[in-house]
Amino acid sequence: MIGYILKRLVSAIPVLIGISIIVFIIMALIPGDPATAILGSFATPENVEKLNRDLGLDKPMIQRYFIWLGNMLQGDFGRSFSLNKDVLDEILERFGATLILAGVSFVLCSVLGVVAGALSASRQFAITDKLITLSVLIGISIPSFFLGMMMILFFSVQLRWFPVSGMWPIYGTRDIAALLSHLFLPAVALSVVATGVIARLSRSAMLEVLRQDFIRTARAKGLSETRVIWRHALKAAMVSVIPVLGVQAGFVLSGAVYIEMVFQWPGVGRMLVEAILKRDILLVQGGVVFVAACYVMFNIIVDIIQSLLDPRIKI
Amino acid sequence: MTRFIALFARSQLAFFGLIVLSFILLLAIFTPFLPLNDPNVIDTSNRFKLPFSEGAILGTDHLGRDLLSRLLWGTRLSIAVGLCAAIIAAFIGSAIGITAGYYGGHADNFIMRGVDMLMAFPYILLALAIVAALGPGLMNALIAVAIVNIPFFARNIRGVTIGIVHREFVDAARLSGMSNTKIIITEILPNVFPVIVIAMSTTVGWMILETAGLSFLGLGSQPPQADLGSMLGEARAAIITSPHTSVVPGIMILIIVMAINLVGDGVRDVLDPRLKSGALSTPRSTTEVSKNKSNTGLKNQILLSINALKTEFRIGDRILKAVDDVSLTVDKGQCLGIIGESGSGKSVTALSVMRLVSSPPGVITNGSIDFNGGDLLELSSEDLRAFRGKKISYVFQDPLSTLHPLYTVGQQLSEAIQSNSYVGKSEKNKKALELLKAVRISNPEKRLNSYPHELSGGMRQRIGIAMALANDPDIIIADEPTTALDVTVQAQILKLFQDLRREKGLALVFITHDFGVISQICDKVAVMYAGKVVEIGPTAKILDSPAHPYTARLKSCVPELGQGKRNLLAIPGFPPMIDNMPSGCAFASRCQKVKQNCYLTAVDFTNIGQERGVRCLFPEEIKAG
Repeated sequence: MIGYILKRLVSAIPVLIGISIIVFIIMALIPGDPATAILGSFATPENVEKLNRDLGLDKPMIQRYFIWLGNMLQGDFGRSFSLNKDVLDEILERFGATLILAGVSFVLCSVLGVVAGALSASRQFAITDKLITLSVLIGISIPSFFLGMMMILFFSVQLRWFPVSGMWPIYGTRDIAALLSHLFLPAVALSVVATGVIARLSRSAMLEVLRQDFIRTARAKGLSETRVIWRHALKAAMVSVIPVLGVQAGFVLSGAVYIEMVFQWPGVGRMLVEAILKRDILLVQGGVVFVAACYVMFNIIVDIIQSLLDPRIKI
Repeated sequence: MTRFIALFARSQLAFFGLIVLSFILLLAIFTPFLPLNDPNVIDTSNRFKLPFSEGAILGTDHLGRDLLSRLLWGTRLSIAVGLCAAIIAAFIGSAIGITAGYYGGHADNFIMRGVDMLMAFPYILLALAIVAALGPGLMNALIAVAIVNIPFFARNIRGVTIGIVHREFVDAARLSGMSNTKIIITEILPNVFPVIVIAMSTTVGWMILETAGLSFLGLGSQPPQADLGSMLGEARAAIITSPHTSVVPGIMILIIVMAINLVGDGVRDVLDPRLKSGALSTPRSTTEVSKNKSNTGLKNQILLSINALKTEFRIGDRILKAVDDVSLTVDKGQCLGIIGESGSGKSVTALSVMRLVSSPPGVITNGSIDFNGGDLLELSSEDLRAFRGKKISYVFQDPLSTLHPLYTVGQQLSEAIQSNSYVGKSEKNKKALELLKAVRISNPEKRLNSYPHELSGGMRQRIGIAMALANDPDIIIADEPTTALDVTVQAQILKLFQDLRREKGLALVFITHDFGVISQICDKVAVMYAGKVVEIGPTAKILDSPAHPYTARLKSCVPELGQGKRNLLAIPGFPPMIDNMPSGCAFASRCQKVKQNCYLTAVDFTNIGQERGVRCLFPEEIKAG
């Protein structure tokens, strides 16, 4: 087992390098002289030259990449000029908020999606199935930012059940209850699309499994339908659902951008959008690399869970 | 093409989606010609007018601009951008995928590594990075969304291309000296095109959502130009005071994307029947029974009696009569063999007993199955469960697919042990070990923790038998339990069945297509052909002098040891299709002794003495004694 984990960790290294290369190439796409592009109309020749030196733009591409990579490995992501702050510090400060939001949403969409899909499959063509299928269709078609706005309107403004935005109350204690009441709406809004996708996939995976011979064996053994569906069929279906959970985690993590904007959630997503609008390239670069690297690590965890579930995977 | 439309129209939802989508597309196309207000004329004295107010059906926004006009122009822009992104992504992605799949080797390796790297990014994050580099703007948002979707196309199309590259027609084209480019365009492209269309129809909705999302964040279309996303983004500030400015564009996006998704699902179902398999119906826990109440009692020594059983498969308008008027009895401790070719209805007969025939499409339409003083066909699913695995157990043919792949042998055994009442853990373990010993598995303690894929075929079949024994059933129905095994293992399993019968006084129904197997363990044999029992009687007598020509032919297919030179005769022809049964004898067209009468009327089952019966107008002479 430990050998397998190590092997997966080692195999992540080329992926991480690939990610850094891609981000580096994308940033090299900046049309014209990046320093001028960043400084815009405030560019004076001195400022341009200083920024060029700070970004290392006076050196050849390859050399620049390695300097950048080396600095990042030492925890130096550069300095954000718009915030006048160390990039990594800012990311770490913000990432906790994103992690709470995305983490809770991910748990929500995984559990709800799988249960809805399995329920739908076990009652195929019945009214439950049709209702779930219809909700799923709406779920995957609704823009999460629109849904978030409507939820604010209804639950916060009309019913006054939840605060309108933010992560903490402006006045008052920062306890877990306060966090949960702020978290509920954004977490639900963020999880809806992923729930739909997971439910769809779980349904078809379950339908596939329910036709298998070993399900007939389970029934021939005289097991209850509950056990046949929720133990035998679901466990086998999870083998094809779990990889999709990994993909959906990426959607949730990056889709948090919209939700953080709508609910004024102080996470990395909102930081990125603000940085892009201010053309704070170093902050964007650092944020993207950081989040992508976290996602790669998360996928390793998914692989490990998969290997625990399915004994046929050689570990 | 007409077939495509017909299939598509059959799905009502997809058709509904298509109508909605066509309507929106028409609106978008004709927006410039409609009598609308100018979408960009600012009139601050008329800000936030509510819908249905004069001069503005949908009201006005925060700058007093006409919402209906902005909505239609925004829809036009959003759809155009989403479509463009989809086309660009599909074009570049497919080109990459075809190249990688066609050339293979290093090129493939290199390209796909790159694609994997792109896919390692959380989706929207990559789009953000690209917009960050190129700068905010609708064109840049379009490029970003297109690039982000390229890997999806590349991967799918590569997969399909690889499947095609080694097919004969591509080899033929290569041998005829066509250039690679020409082969790709004339041979590969037409074959992967449906997949490209499916991928596009399922992703274009996403792309519209994503570009709207970027615009919502202020990174897409810039004022005064507005797509649906930026309309929403601008309206966000006034969400509490004037919600209608948000609701109008939001609902529009929802409708567009939903219609596209409906159409996409429809297109996918029509073009790719493989994916559609999910839409097929899955079997319920018990076979549907639709028949009149029957009234039959059992004689003392009879354990199980199948009377006039009819089981059909109803697929669309077709009715396949898999089992047609089958009557069989099994005495206590007796072994009944059922023999026949594939498709003769022997397995369906066996599965009908515990109502395990997949339903839908299976329906039991007639007969009774008398066991334990009642008709099993009249029980509810829940009551039937008290018999399944407890009084009547099954052993299935292929133990690799019939055992759960993700549970250990021990888990599956204890589940069977516990299925009727709670049993303590140590007790369960003890019983499981006993069962494994009973089926002669060596090293049983170790095997309890093995998974089915870690065992040999013979061992797996022993597990299957152990599971059937778990609750000391009165009868085991074994459906070709030795067919998937090699000959020596087959002999061992047969011996195991023999021993178990002797030790536990079990009755056995043994299904096979092999007279050799029948002769070894069965007291009585029923020969099935095209859903009917054509001959029944004691094994020794039937083997000695078969009465039905089919039995005789079937018997002569089996080589016998020590018989010297003998022609093994395959039976010419095929059994009739069960959805198209002849009115006379079903075997007539393959029978050497066929006469005119055989084709005319259905042949009845007749007793020919000494527990023997046959369904033939001109049975063979049977030897006396």
